[in-house]
Parts: sequence; structure tokens; C-alpha cells
Amino acid sequence: MGMSGTLALETDGLTKVYGSGRTEVVAMRDASMSVRNGEIVALLGPSGAGKTTFLLCVGLINPPTRGRVVIGGTPAMDGPRPLVDLRRFRRENIGFVFQKSNLILFLNAVENVQVVSELIGRPPSVARRRAMELFDALGVAARALNMPTQLSGGEQQRVTIARALANQPSLILADEPTAALDSTHGRQVMELFRNVAHEHGTGVIVVTHDQRALDVFDTVYEMEDGVLKPATSVGIAAAVGQALTR
Amino acid sequence: MNLAVRDIRHSLGRFVLTTIGVGMLLMIVMGMGGMYRGLVDDALVVARSVGAGLWIVQRDTRGPFAEVSRLPRNVVDRVAAVPGVTDAREFVFHTIQREHRGRPLRMGVLGLGWPTDKGEGLHLVAGRPLAQNHYEMIANATLGLALGERLRLGRDTYTVVGITSGMVSQGGDGLACFASRDAQAIQFDVPGESVRLERQARRARAGGIDFGRTQPSVLERASGPSRGIPALPGPAISAVIARLAPGVDADAVLRTFEGWSDVTVYTAAQQEDLLLKGSVDRARRQLLLFRVLLTFISALIMALIIYTLTLDKLHPIALLKLIGAPNRVIVGLIMQQALIMGVLAFGVGWLLGHWIFPIFPRRVLVTNGDMLSLAGIVLVISVLSSLLGIWKAMRVAPNEAIG
Repeated sequence: MGMSGTLALETDGLTKVYGSGRTEVVAMRDASMSVRNGEIVALLGPSGAGKTTFLLCVGLINPPTRGRVVIGGTPAMDGPRPLVDLRRFRRENIGFVFQKSNLILFLNAVENVQVVSELIGRPPSVARRRAMELFDALGVAARALNMPTQLSGGEQQRVTIARALANQPSLILADEPTAALDSTHGRQVMELFRNVAHEHGTGVIVVTHDQRALDVFDTVYEMEDGVLKPATSVGIAAAVGQALTR
Repeated sequence: MNLAVRDIRHSLGRFVLTTIGVGMLLMIVMGMGGMYRGLVDDALVVARSVGAGLWIVQRDTRGPFAEVSRLPRNVVDRVAAVPGVTDAREFVFHTIQREHRGRPLRMGVLGLGWPTDKGEGLHLVAGRPLAQNHYEMIANATLGLALGERLRLGRDTYTVVGITSGMVSQGGDGLACFASRDAQAIQFDVPGESVRLERQARRARAGGIDFGRTQPSVLERASGPSRGIPALPGPAISAVIARLAPGVDADAVLRTFEGWSDVTVYTAAQQEDLLLKGSVDRARRQLLLFRVLLTFISALIMALIIYTLTLDKLHPIALLKLIGAPNRVIVGLIMQQALIMGVLAFGVGWLLGHWIFPIFPRRVLVTNGDMLSLAGIVLVISVLSSLLGIWKAMRVAPNEAIG
């Protein structure tokens, strides 16, 4: 395992409030989490529990109302106030993988990955080489020139993962990445995330409903009614325990 | 990586069809400009082709292109005697319509000042200038006459010895150039029966007065050719055109004419100005306004197209924002696409125009200057039209990519 003492992510008291007065809705309350480099974390919870809100705040997409976000040791958000250039910080430090593959439809597979590297200033040839290396590692090199619509769901997710890894981010955020996949492919993708975390030293947070693959995670959190806490439910504990005894 | 080109490549068919559509619109804008320019140029062809330094017309009139102007023929000799004038001649121009090979043949008849002007200055594309002072003509290509073709006009038959291009009247009729005397012979030709009837009427009028009844020679003279009757003036001419000697101060010559109470004199530039502000002014302004309107409509349509193309890309744009693409990448994507479309549409418009404009019945004169201006306008339109799309793109939140 490639874990080290440095934290890929640290959140402290993240709170997100939508609306105000009588229409106020607290979507997330005092969410604190630490993810080490090389650690893969699962975030469980029912729909509407605030998982995606947490991910968007941590991903510097939707600013929290209160709380701090520190990524790779750099304070990024203090409440709604950004402490860094958010887009620049995102492209250099965070990789995203979502339920739907979310590839750019007018770029072929390799270009979808290449574009991310070019955004941080890599020359096109270097960016392409990096993309092909990732494709080789993820087993989709043969499909590099295919358009997204020509790829299967699993292949699309692999390309998305390659894109998330392209700039060697300190943190990867995945929101139900296996929701559109069958159990076999779903498990493969989860294992892929674990390998990425452990081999690349990247902190990975995966929001998932799929408790069958919980054994791949180092840590499991659950979220309910906007409150984030380490997993305690019987099912989860059993699943994690089963994983640890394997 | 050029995202604009890749997006175009992805939806190539739609982009090509849209570009052709915009190109056709731009072709119409070009055509309107060309028609405007052609109208102006055609209006000036006759005035310029006679090579006049000064136009001498009836007092207080604006000249032969604006209104009726009548001068006695002797003005030609008076003008020729003015110091600084090298030669003077009557300006002969009129429009006729005849039947030729079973089809109507409408032409502007322009008199050339033989022997000083044989048509050497005309833009001949075939044949030669006039070589004799009678029975030869130079025809514009639009008249459809061939070299060596013979055409009967009035009592005489004329042979086409030269073909010009681009010489049309302000009404768009092809010009035919004759020696001045021939042009006048065509202008004043009347059928023999009319001549006979006129002579009989004259004889009857003379016979009705004492002088005619008592003097048989008067009756005889009255029924003869009109040129033999001293009391009758010769046919009036509409204007006299004068050439000035090289180096002569035109203002000094004009001051000489100021003392003449029966004529008004214009320089060539003044005559052209009168022409443009007169007979073609409304048509000219109408075309200009229509062209401006079309340019605005084109800009609006392009803006809507670019905006629609941007709407189709909102998800990729949100995704680009999500993965951290700076605004310049997104602005570049939209603006480059607008510019590519603008440039290609301009090319399409130019190509189509190049092919279609020559078959228009009137001249569509697309000048390099106008093309450059339009290219500049298209670039500006492309940039401006992309602003609406950019505005929309800037409002897209990155989390819309997740939706």
C-alpha cells in the first residue's frame, strides 16, 4: 500500500445550508473527514443524505456555508470563501468520476484524457503519451480512438478513471461510479480504484450504494440526514469485517 | 488540442449545412453590395466614357442625365472658340429599342466625337475601334451582337466592328457606340410617311397665309426639307462636351462661361455628382439600406446559430469547468467555432457569388475593397455573435455536468 502520513483531504466542520429563514434546509452538518494519501474511503448513505453535497463541497464545485477544506495540505476553502483559484486547483489536484461516464462526446477516448493534461500545460505529445500509459494500465488501449458512444459502460468508466488520474491528483472523488454497471464490472471498477489509491498514493473517496464491494475500502463512512460519521450499521460493519478477515 | 475543430468534426454534417446556409446569406449581402456598386458604376459609365472635361448644358438645368436640356447646335462652335478648350462636340446619347432576330433589342446609343474619339479609350474585348465616320458601331457584349454582324437602324445598316464589356447605361441597357453623326441620324430618324405628312402640313400652313398664297416659291420651300427653311432652327442638342488642353486651369475656363447667360457649365466631377444625387439616388439609397438591413439580419442569425450551437454544448462546457478548464478554453471553443463558421461561410458566399452573379441581368460589381470590408464585418459579426453564446456558457455551473 502506498499510504503515507500526509493527508490527501481534511475537512473540518463542513456545513451546507440552502435557502434562509423558513425555507432554510441544512443539507450537511459539521462534516469532518480525513483521507490519507493512498487511502480509499467509501461514503455510504441513503439518497438525500447529503453525500453528493459533501462531494461537491470537497470537490470545490459547490462552496460550503461553513467549515474548511484542505486538499494535499493546501487550505482551499474557508467557508464559502475560496483560498485558491478553484478551477486551477481542481485541474491540478482533484480527479472526478461520476455515476454517468461524463465524457466529452465530441472527443474520442484518448482525447478525453489528453485534454485534462493539456489544461495543466503539458505539450500535446506528452499528454497523449500519458493518456496511453493510463489506457494500457486500465486495459482500454485498444479503444483509445473510439468515440464515447462506441464504448461499453465499463469502458467509459475506465476512460473516466484515466481522465481522473491524468494529472496525478492528490484526491479522486467518485460519485456512485458503478451504478450503471453490473456487479462484475462494478467490482472491477472498485478494485481499480483501490489499486489507483494504493499504487499512485492518491486519496480516493467513493460514494456508493453497493455494499457488496465494501471490502476494497480502507475506511467506510456513512452519512444520514446531513451528518457524516464512521460506519457503524450492522451490515456495513459485517461487510467491512468480512473484508478485513480475507 | 483544438476543441472547436473537434466539435465541428463530431457534428460535421450539421456544421457544413449551417455554414452553407450562412454563406448563402452572406452571398446575398455581397450581392446587394455588388448591385449597389454596379448601379453606381453603370450610372457613371456613359458620363465617363465620353471623356468630357466640361459639360455645357441649358441654363439652370442639371444636364442631360437629370432633366431635359436643349441647346442650339451653334453652342458647339462657341465653346470650341473658348481659350483653353481643345475640342467641343455635341453630346449624343439616347435609348432605342428595336426588334432583332425576333427578339427585342434595347440599347443605349452613344455618339463618339469622330475623328478625335474613335473609341480607342473603350474597353474593347474583341474587334477594333471605329475606322470610318459612318456605318460602323461598337457594341457591348450584353447586347448579344457578334463581330461583323450587321444591324439596320433607321435608314442605314451598321456593322459591328468592336465588342466592349461593362458598358451599360444607367438603366442597365448595353451601350452601342457610333460616330456622333450616325448616333444623331438614328436619334432623329423618322419614317418617310411622317416626313411627307409634316411637309404637307407645312405647305398647308404656308398656303393659309397671304405670303404663301402670293409667293409660289415659298410654298415650294415650305414643302421641301426642313433644313432648307432658314426660319426653322436645326434640331436641338442636349449638351456640349468640351475637352480642356493639358495644364489649363478649369476654373479659369469656367469663369469665361459665367458670362454666358444661355448655358450652365459643370465639371466632370460635378456632373457625376449630379448624376448620383439625381436619377439613381433613390435606387442607390434603397439598395444601401437593404444591404445594411441584411447585414444586421445576418449578424442576428449568426448570433442565434452560435447561441444554439453553444446550447448543444452546455454539458461539455459544464464538464470542462468541472475538470478545471479556465474560461479562456471555453471562450476559445465558442469564439473559434464562430470565426471558423464566419470565415468558411464568407468563402462559400464568395464562391457562390462568383458563380451566380454573372448570370444576373444587371451588373453585380463586387470590388476587392467591398470584399475586404465585408470580410471585416463578418469577422466582427462572428465575434459579436459568439458573445451571446459565451454569456450563456459563463453562466453554466460545473455541477450541471453531474446532473
